[in-house]
Amino acid sequence: MNILIGLLAGVAASMGFGGGFVLIIYMTAFDGVDQVTAQGVNLLFFLPVAMVSLVIHQKNRLIEWRTLLYLVPAGILGILAGTWIVSHVNVGMLQKLFASLLIFVGVKEIFHKNSEKGLTNPKESNIMKSLKCDDREKSS
Amino acid sequence: MKKHLMGLVCGLLNGMFGSGGGVAAVPMLEGSGLEAKKSHATSVALIFVLSIATTISYLMGDKLDFQMAWQYVPYGVAGAVVGAVLLKRMPNSLLRRVFGVIILAAAVRILVK
Repeated sequence: MNILIGLLAGVAASMGFGGGFVLIIYMTAFDGVDQVTAQGVNLLFFLPVAMVSLVIHQKNRLIEWRTLLYLVPAGILGILAGTWIVSHVNVGMLQKLFASLLIFVGVKEIFHKNSEKGLTNPKESNIMKSLKCDDREKSS
Repeated sequence: MKKHLMGLVCGLLNGMFGSGGGVAAVPMLEGSGLEAKKSHATSVALIFVLSIATTISYLMGDKLDFQMAWQYVPYGVAGAVVGAVLLKRMPNSLLRRVFGVIILAAAVRILVK
């Protein structure tokens, strides 16, 4: 069973579908592991899996490194803030709110109109345009 | 500013719930104009970096079971190769629909827990 779950979680994590979903659910629901331990195992599992995935994604030119440069520092700040919030506020309600938002996003993704024109070229994406604007602002 | 806000939201979710940042990153990146494949791959890169930070905090709290993780890692790495090849080949539209189904399932699980 570990082979199947490991494989499935690896495929999901590599594709950006959230491999933790597979692994954490299996461990907590069927293997009797508590949530915190399962989250820790998921972290240790994700690091090597993501490393291998990223090497291949990079070869396939699918990673937008310039976008990441903006996301990572704010993300680390967010983690610190999130960890602080958890120790001061009951996040149960926030989690339900997040789940409700996920339902909205999920339905939107399932029933989206197939309009891929213009998005395959990163030069035409809005984020790239705004990054260019930022560069111009900096250089001026 | 919008990009910083995206990063902040993903970090907040991971900090509060232990996961969820990647799930939030994908639609936000798509909304900013990235194609689905790139949004997924870039979200993996973002969550990789954020997970290193989270792992350090878990390490300090002595909450990591390396032996249990090792039971899954070799198969996970094999799965990662399959997933990365699949991501490259899967049409963007199908990718978005599969992602939609997965996050709906995740949402239902959180709501009924």
